[in-house]
Amino acid sequence: MITAGVDVGAKFVKIVFFDGAKVIGRAKALVGFDVGKSASDLFESALKNAGLTRSDITKVVATGLGRESVHNKPPVNAEVVSEVVADAAGAFYLVPTAKTVIDVGAEEGRGVKVGEGGKVKDFVINERCAAGAGTFVEAMARALEVRVEDMGPLSLKSTQTIPMNAQCCVFAESEVVTLIHSKVSKEDISKAIHDAIASRIGSMVLRVGVEKDVVLIGGVALDQGFLPPLKKELNADIIVPEYPEYVSALGAAIIATKSGA
Amino acid sequence: MLAHYGYKDGSGDYFIIIDTEKCNGCGKCAEACPYQVLEVIPNDYDIEGDNMASVREEQRKKIKYTCAPCKPVSGERKMPCVLACEPKAITHSW
Amino acid sequence: MTEAKTQEYWRWPEYRYTVPGKDWHNAKSITAGVDIGSVGSKAVMMVDGELYAYSVMRTGGVSEDTAVRVTNWALEETGLKMANINYVVGTGYGRVNVPFAKKTITEIACHARGAHFIYGPTVRTVLDIGGQDCKAIRCDEKGKVLSFLMNDKCAAGTGRGLEVFADLISVPIADLGKVSLSVEQEPPSVSNTCVIFAKAESLALLRQGWPKEKVAAAYHAAMADRIVDLLTRVGVEKDFVTTGGVSKNAGIIQRVEKLLGMKALTPKIDPILAGAIGAALFAQALHEKELGLR
Repeated sequence: MITAGVDVGAKFVKIVFFDGAKVIGRAKALVGFDVGKSASDLFESALKNAGLTRSDITKVVATGLGRESVHNKPPVNAEVVSEVVADAAGAFYLVPTAKTVIDVGAEEGRGVKVGEGGKVKDFVINERCAAGAGTFVEAMARALEVRVEDMGPLSLKSTQTIPMNAQCCVFAESEVVTLIHSKVSKEDISKAIHDAIASRIGSMVLRVGVEKDVVLIGGVALDQGFLPPLKKELNADIIVPEYPEYVSALGAAIIATKSGA
Repeated sequence: MLAHYGYKDGSGDYFIIIDTEKCNGCGKCAEACPYQVLEVIPNDYDIEGDNMASVREEQRKKIKYTCAPCKPVSGERKMPCVLACEPKAITHSW
Repeated sequence: MTEAKTQEYWRWPEYRYTVPGKDWHNAKSITAGVDIGSVGSKAVMMVDGELYAYSVMRTGGVSEDTAVRVTNWALEETGLKMANINYVVGTGYGRVNVPFAKKTITEIACHARGAHFIYGPTVRTVLDIGGQDCKAIRCDEKGKVLSFLMNDKCAAGTGRGLEVFADLISVPIADLGKVSLSVEQEPPSVSNTCVIFAKAESLALLRQGWPKEKVAAAYHAAMADRIVDLLTRVGVEKDFVTTGGVSKNAGIIQRVEKLLGMKALTPKIDPILAGAIGAALFAQALHEKELGLR
């Protein structure tokens, strides 16, 4: 049996094909102006690349902000599940000892307490504010005139801690410009940015309580600069699985293997 | 005077409200708070006023995050500042 | 923000003004109020409690420098020098630095006092919308603060939020409000409060073919919703008035009035000066107190 998980995020669509034992295909694309089309187009090209057709897929489950765009709509014809449930299922599969799952994406940060069998016990969502998620790092990268991918490595080269006062993405952009004019290095500014977002995500996770093992997933998990300050905030080790941005989609694919999803 | 410290942003409303008529400036809330959110300062909005509790300026923009550990998702919510205040001058909007 | 060689839609004009026909030579109290906002700085000169001269300019990188510049600009063409000023009160954003101010007074108190001066003793509710913050103040007949709320964490509903939007739809910020009111039918407001997400949502609407006026209306409607939420927290009692730079955006104010079911009073003096005027009035009271002690 092959199932598919489609995570229609705020910035990227992620697709995972799962054969019950392992992942047999992955695909990712930017969400364009037409969310449903972006998801379906990627689905079709992912099938082709994996040498599969839609009829080979027993069930598709979608999650993420834009999941309704493929809910019972051809060609994807997915059932839907909330992000929190998908996060827990995916992380639990990869790390059976996972108790606290943190998913930081483009527009949302989530903390999920995982219970028996990968079920959701508690959750907290940091949403609708750009300063609480990946958009913040992206916007600051623009203000610093560096690529998003370089933000993490830059921050790791920092030599001093600078506090950031602004708690809003728009105001932080101005603050970064001021810091640049005050000759603060990009490395130190990048570290301040990572400290700020780690502090926000960390304190939200404290609301569900930190219990090991702590697993970090989502696009922002790819940012190496995010991990050290987050570990410090939570005072715990953090496991980042391979392909962290696909874990929610994997979770959806796993849920698809269970009847009555 | 009702002083609302905090903010509303895309994710919600987060205000710590201190009623300076009820507040006697005792400072027990500031002592009880594990994260130094509160302090006692002179009340300069009111010529007759003396000391009042207030949210520290640097905390005002992030109380959602600083106060988060005192507001667990499940389980009983015991906020040290509210519990410490005898005249019941302090409330949280969330 | 990219400083392109094309028009900077977010930039609003700076200005100064001297009230004609005033003589300061025989005045008892010449006072100044300097309000250093996070986006705009204002200096007001008052002669025996009457408005004499003022200036409004963008706050620069170093607030102490801006304080000096905005005050000197207000003094220009008045014949007054800094040495003639009996008392200066500073106010504004954060740990304000007006180096030559004798006292710093909280912007909440200054706005309440200034609003009373601009609008009269019937004022009970003041909505101040500045460059980076929103304040809601309830006061009594003497201008004493009964309740206040300030939000400077989030750009939504502030001048900066509007600057971002002006850039997005390429409309000069001074015209934004008017443009938002030129729709035939009010569209649904954008669903995001957050300026970053509202900007993305507005971009999508523009791509869908919505004309600028309609997108402007949707954005202004969302900002007005949020502002009214804040006001409702302190409660609104008439007379209701507005101060701060954004109070000049009719698109926001008219929508706020509609949601409240209450009209704001019309100002006879530029409402952006409320903080500085309040500061100058406090300066006068403090100077008179000093004189009384002599």
